[in-house]
Amino acid sequence: MRRLPLSLIVGAVLSSIFLIAAGLSLLWTPHDVTALDISARFQPPSPEYLLGTDQFGRDILSMLMVGARTSIAVALVAVAIGMALGVPLGLAAAARRGQLLDEIVGRGNDIVFAFPFLVTAILISAVFGPSATNAIIAFGIFNVPVFARVTRSAALPIWTLDYILAARTAGKGQVRISLEHILPNILNVLIVQASIQFSLGIPVEAALSFVGLGAQPPLPSWGRMLADAQTMIYTNPRLALLPGLAIVTMVLGLNLMGDGLRDVLDPRLRRLRA
Amino acid sequence: MLRYLLGRFTSLGLSLLVASLVIFAVIEVIPGDPAAFMLGLNATDETVANLRAELGLDGSVVSRYFDWIGGMLTGDFGTSYTYRVPVAELVVDRMWVSLPLALYALILSTVVAFPLGVIAASMRGTAAEVGIMGLTQLGLAVPNFWFGMLLVLVFAVSLQWVSAGGFAGWDDPWAAIVSLTLPAISLAVPQAAILARVMRSALVETLGQDYIRTARAKGLTRRQAVLRHALRNALIPVLTILALQFSFLLAGSIVIENVFFLPGIGRLLFQGITQRDLIVVESVTMLLVVAVIAITFLADIAYVIADPRLRRR
Repeated sequence: MRRLPLSLIVGAVLSSIFLIAAGLSLLWTPHDVTALDISARFQPPSPEYLLGTDQFGRDILSMLMVGARTSIAVALVAVAIGMALGVPLGLAAAARRGQLLDEIVGRGNDIVFAFPFLVTAILISAVFGPSATNAIIAFGIFNVPVFARVTRSAALPIWTLDYILAARTAGKGQVRISLEHILPNILNVLIVQASIQFSLGIPVEAALSFVGLGAQPPLPSWGRMLADAQTMIYTNPRLALLPGLAIVTMVLGLNLMGDGLRDVLDPRLRRLRA
Repeated sequence: MLRYLLGRFTSLGLSLLVASLVIFAVIEVIPGDPAAFMLGLNATDETVANLRAELGLDGSVVSRYFDWIGGMLTGDFGTSYTYRVPVAELVVDRMWVSLPLALYALILSTVVAFPLGVIAASMRGTAAEVGIMGLTQLGLAVPNFWFGMLLVLVFAVSLQWVSAGGFAGWDDPWAAIVSLTLPAISLAVPQAAILARVMRSALVETLGQDYIRTARAKGLTRRQAVLRHALRNALIPVLTILALQFSFLLAGSIVIENVFFLPGIGRLLFQGITQRDLIVVESVTMLLVVAVIAITFLADIAYVIADPRLRRR
């Protein structure tokens, strides 16, 4: 077996720390994140509170663990929405290359891209009110054209190959060819793109929650922790550091993993490097 | 070329039309009665009726849409319900913060990213390349609003060189630029990281082309080959990214304005949401989307001028 790239290993280790912490938080956290204890507020790190406490006496480590879960859930569901809608659209556009459907999908993509995701989030919360679901929908909508484009451009060259011609001669329809022959061949590209969009989703969730359009209290989120910390930046600057470091470490890990995955999975790049 | 332009103009018009329909539908149709929505649950029927009349909500959906679009086209963006002033006035005021901020950040990121990208590409395999690429990885991972908070921690809280936020106004241009500096740096960092990476890979690709070998064979030094031939050709993908980045800068500035308490377009939008001032949200969103569509359009035209082969696409 070929050696795995170093970036994949380092990235996987860094991101699994957060995945494990998020998973663990479902079963156990060092302290209860909903319990407020004003007498224990602004505690420095100690054996009882490993990373200290916040303005309500909540344990920062526990908050970070649950915050990881919020980020991951938002990013994951948004990527799933993007793939569920974008991949079929891209497959259809590639199958009907140059026809009306292709044109409509292409123009639709352009229009969605004209809405920066924050503007989408603002529009949604203007009418439905802010929530974590709002963050998921806004980023999910942003992901649809991303996957539609990637799918279409990866599928187009495959449609010109001989075995597709053979499949057509054998009487297979466009839908069957797309699902049985095109999709398995572009899965690598889609996995790599999914990992990129997932790692984009982490800071997106944090940014939306930071400005108050994402996760709402009492749900802990890294972005909300930073928003709270901002108001106390002169008195308790420590609170502003940890959630940010968590975001940076996790995104760095995911990006490295994405780069590594691309090296392993994308044969076009592999050939270029050889 | 004329046919290409005509096609691009048609799709520009179509994008604007659909975008405006989407925004109008979300703001004015989905809430049912925007007047009742804006006033909240405690409003009496009479005040709701008054607001409906004031906003011109009594007409049909179709005529309201045309009123709105007609107004936007003639510079009448409606009247803010909370501020009681024309939205156009608010937008112009806030534009003097947001636009210089976005430009400042764009300039900073370009000035930093270009040399980094060129150095990384022309010194492949050296420690310099590894160092630059590592730095850009970090730049990509840092959320701009947190970087802004770190800058505040260092320069406002610890060193006390600048105030933590707020905007001094353009009466004193130096003070205005100073108050935009930390926000512009925070916005620029992730963009510079992306730009440097794109610049590097575009340049690496062009440096591998035959004409670069020819240029070197006829006696140009490596530096001359990079500056005279490779750079120009590498600029096309970089232009694409710059255009895309403008829309990220606009979106990013919405968040950054919140970190530094800058009275820009982003804060205007947020106030619009918290005060349920749908008129402000509707018109300002439309303006932002128009800006993004227009920039993308101009970038498309720019590459075609840079690379005539693209016209046949």
